Amino acid sequence: MNLLLVAIGGFLGSIARYSISVKLNKRLIATWIANISGSMLLAFSLHFYMQGLISDRTWLLLGVGFCGAYTTFSTFGNEVLQLLLHQQYIHAGIYVLSSFTVSILAVFITLSLL
Amino acid sequence: MKPFLAIGFGGMLGSGARYGVSLLLDTNGFPLSTLIVNLIGCFMLAYLLNNTFIKQRLKANTFIALTTGLIGSFTTFSALAVESVQLWETSTIASFGYIIITLVGGLVFCYLGFQLAQRTRKQVAK
Repeated sequence: MNLLLVAIGGFLGSIARYSISVKLNKRLIATWIANISGSMLLAFSLHFYMQGLISDRTWLLLGVGFCGAYTTFSTFGNEVLQLLLHQQYIHAGIYVLSSFTVSILAVFITLSLL
Repeated sequence: MKPFLAIGFGGMLGSGARYGVSLLLDTNGFPLSTLIVNLIGCFMLAYLLNNTFIKQRLKANTFIALTTGLIGSFTTFSALAVESVQLWETSTIASFGYIIITLVGGLVFCYLGFQLAQRTRKQVAK
């Protein structure tokens, strides 16, 4: 049952991520948007989960399944590798730094302000 | 519609596998399971994306289901961000260490997957 909930969340999350990348055509910014917004959504979900406002099942569906699949590290890593291989070091640096600082700050603000 | 469904099914398998790993590696403290899925996923995705032989053999929808769907959902960025903030509350060093190991390790594994794909391509060419 738990596995099924995670899988359903993953089904929806991966489709949502793909939809953004199709819409934006530029895959780098699409991954960036998915990773930042997904991190914020996970922080919100975790907060409500810890407050007991959402159930274990909702957490598995929304947090582990949807947010987990909506965001991605493998695509991010391979995009950075491609930038490095094409010697676009500044681009790679900006992409890495902004992905980490913006997502972590967003999570920190979400968890500390709520 | 078809690529969306293919990716969705890949995403089901990928996120299910990620959940499975998290159950197997139920560590208190350091988020080992996220680190492991992210490193393995980086390697696998780099290999698949750069192996033209596999890409040509598979149908477009199968390929995208494996890469964007399965591996994309197997790895995760949101858990990494949330776990970094959670670690920060107990240990700043652990939090920094987690981010650096994930980032550097992820890039190294991407490069290894890329190199293996290049080597396979050369062998096939022979």
